Amino acid sequence: MEELNSLMQGFGVVLQPMNIVLMFVGIILGVLIGVLPGLGGANGVAILLPLTFSMSPTSAIVMLSCIYWGALFGGAITSILFNIPGEPWSVATTFDGYPLAQKGRAGAALTAAFTSSFVGAFVAVVMITFLAPLVARFALQFGAPEFFSVYLLTFCSFVGMGKGSPFKILVAMALGFALAAVGLDTVTGQLRLTFGQSELMRGFDFLIAVIGLFGIGEILLSMEEGLQFSGKSARINPKVVWETWKELPRYWVTSLRSSLVGIWMGITPGGATPASFMSYGLAKKMSRTGSKFGTGEIEGVIAPETAAHAAGTSALLPMLALGIPGSPTAAVLLGGLLIWGLQPGPLLFVEQKDFVWGLIASMYLGNLVGLIVVLTTVPLFASILRIPFSIIAPVIIVICAIGAYTVHNAMLDIWFMLGFGVIGYVFKKLDYPLAPLVLALVLGDKAEDSFRQAMLVSQGDVTIMWSNPLVGSITTLALMMLVWPLISKALALLRTPRSDVAAPRQGG
Amino acid sequence: MSTQAKDDAPGSPAVAKNRTVDAVVAAILFVVGAVVIIESRRLGAGWSSDGPGAGYFPFYIGLIICISSLGILYQSLLSKSADKGTFVDREQLGRVLSVLLPVAIYVFAIVFLGLYVASAIYIALFMIILGKYRPVRSVALGLAVCAVFFMMFEVWFKVPLYKGSLDLLGFLGY
Repeated sequence: MEELNSLMQGFGVVLQPMNIVLMFVGIILGVLIGVLPGLGGANGVAILLPLTFSMSPTSAIVMLSCIYWGALFGGAITSILFNIPGEPWSVATTFDGYPLAQKGRAGAALTAAFTSSFVGAFVAVVMITFLAPLVARFALQFGAPEFFSVYLLTFCSFVGMGKGSPFKILVAMALGFALAAVGLDTVTGQLRLTFGQSELMRGFDFLIAVIGLFGIGEILLSMEEGLQFSGKSARINPKVVWETWKELPRYWVTSLRSSLVGIWMGITPGGATPASFMSYGLAKKMSRTGSKFGTGEIEGVIAPETAAHAAGTSALLPMLALGIPGSPTAAVLLGGLLIWGLQPGPLLFVEQKDFVWGLIASMYLGNLVGLIVVLTTVPLFASILRIPFSIIAPVIIVICAIGAYTVHNAMLDIWFMLGFGVIGYVFKKLDYPLAPLVLALVLGDKAEDSFRQAMLVSQGDVTIMWSNPLVGSITTLALMMLVWPLISKALALLRTPRSDVAAPRQGG
Repeated sequence: MSTQAKDDAPGSPAVAKNRTVDAVVAAILFVVGAVVIIESRRLGAGWSSDGPGAGYFPFYIGLIICISSLGILYQSLLSKSADKGTFVDREQLGRVLSVLLPVAIYVFAIVFLGLYVASAIYIALFMIILGKYRPVRSVALGLAVCAVFFMMFEVWFKVPLYKGSLDLLGFLGY
């Protein structure tokens, strides 16, 4: 098995003492980020990215991906103890996690959440280990039209699988592309959309956008609620852990199903948040004790946590193999690759073996380290949450400002961050999705390049997108995703008797 | 967060309804889209001698923004399913502005005072005014946080941060 050999080499890379230290640092920072309001996986990694500029790419990605795992773990702590989802993907964990904590079983709920996070991630990493090299090998044959069709599929999937108004998803996405176009055009050398402002020549860096949209925007939202923490205390002792672990194998069907849901939603850009809801919904429908969900069922904690972690992990597969990230955090990691001078995409598996397999090995170890760290340090992190918001909020804003400044050492970026913060606040309140905006901002230039190359090959003939079966089927699938909201509406109309739907549908 | 109240909260009057803000944002986005289209056409949205022009791709992006924002405008103004919930009430707006305005002043202060000094002052004032903490504790914490950042960035990671046009920390030699 070629993959296993490469993986062993990867472990060799990761097990260097320095990398292990970075792994622990990353996990602890990540849990901290996951616990604090206003800091999440995406903007946490974005803020810390400049600190890694001087490291080797492998050490940097080990630390940053561990921050990501830590953030995934940390979200569960606030959900269960405080009924406040630290991350969007842990909203579903509050449904049963908080009732369990109220019953005094916080330790069991946390153990179940962490363990199933680990299981979900583990299944996803095993999948990545064997599938990613295959996908990359396959993608080596891709030309510009194929890549553009995959980009198209990525973005159309947002429309097809997103909830809420398709128009808003489209606008968010197009806005990301428009912002990405600002600055120097790499092909013609022309300045685009700068309106004579030389400061805009650099364009908008997506890291600034991520820090503003997710960081400042989240602080403004939390402030509006006048946040009051009232948490349950938690003690995890080995006995509780052991007893919960003995209980867990009973729910293996739920774990497996949730892992699969998570993997699917992670590879396609559905992301961890819908995956956790979908998995919770499925578990509720299929479990024998489904009617008791919401009152404190361990199974109701296992399902969303497994799926969220599986999705969060498998979002890295398209990033590694194709250079197309499946989630905003993966997008930030991809931005990191570009900054470290690595070209994401299928060639990575050929040219940067150490890096790729080091990353994959660090996924195995990072999640194991994460499980141990969170199980042993929960009381510490829970106590951080008792620090009043009026201390945490200004500190986080300062961290965001420093993070925004360090990206380019530019003062103007801090203003942009503030602007993006206001946009993030308004967009979140109006249900505009932020993930497509960020992904479009990251991928804008590359998507445009592949589009131009494809058009150049065909001399402006769009039918090149159907020039061979592969690119044709991806493009067709993408277009189906794009019009899926219309299709599903039509299906709903066909299924339900006409009398129910006649009233609200008028010429829309 | 998902806990936003859909109904009008008693006591605090609504400043704006969701559909109103929705329509205003859609109108702004339409203008943005139009600007992108105009600018793309100026750059050359068609076929130049050596392939697609610089405005070829952005042109369609602008078009998508314009069409979609019209769709949102329609949904928010004319559709019956428009969200009539409260976007923000007076109390919430007050809370948000109480954070947003100081941040703007803070960013403005960074230009002159630099990141460290401005941050220390900002954290201290935020705690005193919004958190109602004792001045001594607040100032101490502001200074402590910034000292940690200073050590982390200037000393350990060797990433110099902006010191401001006045350079108050110049005596430290970093």
